[in-house]
Amino acid sequence: MWNDVPSSWYLVLSALLFTLGVFGFLIKRNLITVFMSIELMLNAVNLSFVTFAHEWHAVKGQIFVFFVMVVAAAEAAVGLAIIIAIFRARNTLNVDQIDLMKL
Amino acid sequence: MHLVLFIIFAGFCLAGAINLLLQTHPINSALSLIVVMSSLAVLYLLLGAEFLAIAQIIVYAGAVMVLFTFVVMLLNVGVEEKTHGSKIAKAIGFPAAVVILGVIATVVLEAQKSLGQVSLSDGITTTQNLSRVLFRDMLLPFELTSVLILIAILGAVALARKEGHS
Amino acid sequence: MFLLFSILKVVVVTVVLLTAVAYTVLLERKLVGRIQNRWGPSRVGPFGLLQPLVDGLKLFLKEDMIPTNVYKPLYLLAPLIALGCALLSIAVVPFGEPITWHGVKFFEIADLNIGLLILLGVTSISVYGIALAGWSSNNKYSLLGALRSSAQMISYELALGLSLVGVVLRTGSFSLADIVKAQSVHGIASWNVFGGGQIIAFFIYLTAAYAETNRAPFDLPEAETELTGGYHTEYSSMKFAMFFMAEYANMITVGCVATLLFLGGWTSPFGDLIPPPQNIFLHALIPILWFVAKVFFFLFLYIWVRGTLPRFRYDQLMGYGWKYLVPVAMLNIVGTSLVLAFP
Repeated sequence: MWNDVPSSWYLVLSALLFTLGVFGFLIKRNLITVFMSIELMLNAVNLSFVTFAHEWHAVKGQIFVFFVMVVAAAEAAVGLAIIIAIFRARNTLNVDQIDLMKL
Repeated sequence: MHLVLFIIFAGFCLAGAINLLLQTHPINSALSLIVVMSSLAVLYLLLGAEFLAIAQIIVYAGAVMVLFTFVVMLLNVGVEEKTHGSKIAKAIGFPAAVVILGVIATVVLEAQKSLGQVSLSDGITTTQNLSRVLFRDMLLPFELTSVLILIAILGAVALARKEGHS
Repeated sequence: MFLLFSILKVVVVTVVLLTAVAYTVLLERKLVGRIQNRWGPSRVGPFGLLQPLVDGLKLFLKEDMIPTNVYKPLYLLAPLIALGCALLSIAVVPFGEPITWHGVKFFEIADLNIGLLILLGVTSISVYGIALAGWSSNNKYSLLGALRSSAQMISYELALGLSLVGVVLRTGSFSLADIVKAQSVHGIASWNVFGGGQIIAFFIYLTAAYAETNRAPFDLPEAETELTGGYHTEYSSMKFAMFFMAEYANMITVGCVATLLFLGGWTSPFGDLIPPPQNIFLHALIPILWFVAKVFFFLFLYIWVRGTLPRFRYDQLMGYGWKYLVPVAMLNIVGTSLVLAFP
């Protein structure tokens, strides 16, 4: 009993982390924090992938996590470059003040 | 033993994620996210994915989050201001997220018996097995992701340049 | 029982490591002194051997100032991260021949399948110690020094990791015990730097490691004449001592990894020419002495390079890492793979 954890608990944890990521995306007003909530959502999905890879003994699940990590890293790099460019143009990172294309 | 480790590190994950929402300064949110990612690495280890666990630490917690931390430190905007936010997003978004969480949790917990157990004595996916699948069956996606990273590097450098560089 | 012996191993290794760190400081001061044609510490105890004790006491008893506007949680956390990560990497390093005595595996705290990657991961985490120290100090010199230092560390991590891939390709395993065992076949001819053909990787690793530990010609971010002390400007007494110890512990870790991967770890250069001694005690002790001698050689090399070479400028440093070391490391990987694929 102490050595077994049902796989469903991992999946529920993954769903909880995803929901917390969505909440962060909706509540937070700083652009970088919104971006971090997106990373949290990606990580939650990774946990689901690894759980199912373990469940069905499919290594391809773990390879997919690899690809998600790579894409998330690429997205983080480009996204942060965009954030820096926005900060240079508008001098604020508050989401409510950047939401129109017109200054 | 597995149960104890799972509860401790799942607790860290949830505490870090909730802390990300509650903190006002982005540097604290970044540090909470690092805690979440490191605890997830331990959970991957418990699920037998050893290479993924250490890749999570090296790539996510050690490179992507360093990037986030750098940007927070360089831009140095300070504590988040309390502006009005979007009422529609909150009115529809929160219930929708809770409903999705409810549906997923119900489906998963109903299927608990048929989903099986994770135990410490299950086999570990060695790096050899992982690399055999990665470099034989999934060679094309691997090469495409390399091209993707190259494009991302070019894009990031082009975007972060200051104006006036000829 | 297993738990008790593991805790005992951890305690012994940590105590030995901390003593080694203290005496590495003394070694550096004496060697740099000799390079600069002066004695170095020689008053306290014979040949200055009690100097580390006195230094430790001094740092312990200094006034512990915390400036007013620092961000306290991160200010107190940063030295802990730095020292913790520096001490953590010794857990996967095998010191001597693996001997199992009464069910206890000796001379290694943990033999993990991914031991080498754990070392890289811990190096990645230790960047945070420096970045958070500079940020929380509320001082523009600290922040600038910390950001420069962190950028330098993450750039050279790439060259470091790539230079180790050649060794992993030859051995076929990430486990440090396996890598050392693969070099114990023929004595000095099967060490990775000679017989294994990893000599280019060896030099890339050394250069990248000097930059990783912020030492020798790459220490611009913490040089006193440049940024008034960089990220540890605002730290005093024990917290400064923790950064200091972390730097020297990182040096020792780099020496350990270099001996394990390139110089054959605990194997003797004579290999099978000298038969192993019958006495179990000597049989266990001699590999440890070889290991310590090789690590000592690397520390000596570190201190020698520090005393001899001038500093790199920051843009030269970053250009060197990205434009020179990374391509050469990748060429090394390609070369090793070709040699392995078409023997």
